[in-house]
Amino acid sequence: MTVLEFSLLVCACSLIAGLVGALTGLGGGVVLVPVLSLFFKVDIRYAIGASLVSVIATSSGAAAAYVKEGFSNIRIGMFLEIATTLGALLGATLATHVSTHAIAMVFGVVLLFSAYFARKPRSLAERAVPPDPLATRLRLNGSFPDVDGERTYNVQHVPAGWSLMFGAGALSGLLGIGSGAMKVVAMDQAMRIPFKVSTTTSNFMIGVTAAASAGVYLSRGYIDPGLVMPVMLGVLAGSLLGARILVRMHTRWLRLGFAMVIALLAIEMLYNGLSGRI
Amino acid sequence: MLPGRSWTDRRIENILGNLLRAGVFLSALVVSIGGVIYLLRYGHSPVDFRVFRGEPADLRDVRGIIGDTMALQGRGIIQLGLLLLIATPVCRVAFSIFGFAQERDRMYVVFTVIVFSILLYSLLGSA
Repeated sequence: MTVLEFSLLVCACSLIAGLVGALTGLGGGVVLVPVLSLFFKVDIRYAIGASLVSVIATSSGAAAAYVKEGFSNIRIGMFLEIATTLGALLGATLATHVSTHAIAMVFGVVLLFSAYFARKPRSLAERAVPPDPLATRLRLNGSFPDVDGERTYNVQHVPAGWSLMFGAGALSGLLGIGSGAMKVVAMDQAMRIPFKVSTTTSNFMIGVTAAASAGVYLSRGYIDPGLVMPVMLGVLAGSLLGARILVRMHTRWLRLGFAMVIALLAIEMLYNGLSGRI
Repeated sequence: MLPGRSWTDRRIENILGNLLRAGVFLSALVVSIGGVIYLLRYGHSPVDFRVFRGEPADLRDVRGIIGDTMALQGRGIIQLGLLLLIATPVCRVAFSIFGFAQERDRMYVVFTVIVFSILLYSLLGSA
C-alpha cells in the first residue's frame, strides 16, 4: 500500500470513528485502535498515539457545537474534571506497579453491566426527582434543548458520581483508553443526568484528559505525522457531522447505539486482558 | 453595564464554543498544508507502521517541530498542527478561569484553577 492510499483509507475510517465518538461521548479511540491495529496492522503504540489524537479532535470538534447549543453542562464538566485529572495522575503513577491485565478484565466486566443498564431510557417518574442540596450548592442543575422542547434536570448523588469520575481518570492513566465510557456511565447511571447531557459533557471533558497525557506520548515518539494527518482530518469531519445528528436524534436510539459500542469495548477489554496485550 | 453585556453562563458558553471552533479549524488548516507537502513528497512510497521505531527526536518536542516547520518539512508542519490541537482544550480551561472570574463565581474559579494546574503539571512534567 502506498502512503496516499493508506492516508485516504485511514481518513475514511477516522470519519466513522469521529462520528461514533461524537454521538456516544466516548471519543474516536474506541473505533480507531482496533481498526488500525487489526485491519491496517499498525503497531499498537502508534495506534494508541493516533487514538489520543482522535480523542482530542472529537472532543474539541463536537464540543464547539454542543457547548453553544446548550447540551454540555460546563459546570458539571469543570467540577468533575478535578476528579478525572487527579485520578489520571494517580493512575499514571500506579501503572508500573499493578497488573493492567487484571484491571482491563475487571473493566470489561463492569462495561458489560453498564451496557445492560444504559440501554433503556428512564421513565418520566424516574426523571422527576427533587433537587439535591449539594448539587444545588454546586450549581450543577441545568436544562437542555430536548427534541420536544427545553427540559430541566436535577443532578443526584454527587459524591458517588465524583468518586466514579476519579476511578474513570485512574483508568485512563492506567490503560490509556476507555475512560469515556466510565464518564458517561457515572453521569447517566449514578448522577441521573439526562443521557444527551451525559454524553455531550463527557465529550467536552475527554479532550482535557487526553491533552494532559499527550505530552508523554509525543515525547515517547508514539505520535507519527503520517497517522496524525489522516486521523485528525477524518475525525474532525466525522465529529462535526455527529454533532449535527445528535441534536435531532431521539435518546432511545442514542442509548441503544451507546450500549452496543460499550459492549464491543467490553469484549475488546476482556480479549486484551486475557491475551496480555494491555 | 449594558444589559446583555454582563457575564452569564450563556455568554461564556458562546465564547468557549467559538474558541474551540477556531482552534479546531486552525489546526486542521495547518495539518492540511503539511499533509499536502508530505503527500507530494512521499505519496507513492510504500507505507509501514507494522514495526514500532519511535519518532525521530525532531518530531518529539516543540523546538524540533518548529525547526522542521521553518524548513517547510511536511511532517514537521503536521506536528505543528497537532500542537495547536493539543493547545485548544488547554486554552479552553484557561479561558474558563477568566469567564468564571467575570461572573464573580469564586467556587468555580477555584475548581478551574485546580484543573488547569493539574493539566499544566502533567503536560510540562512529561516534556
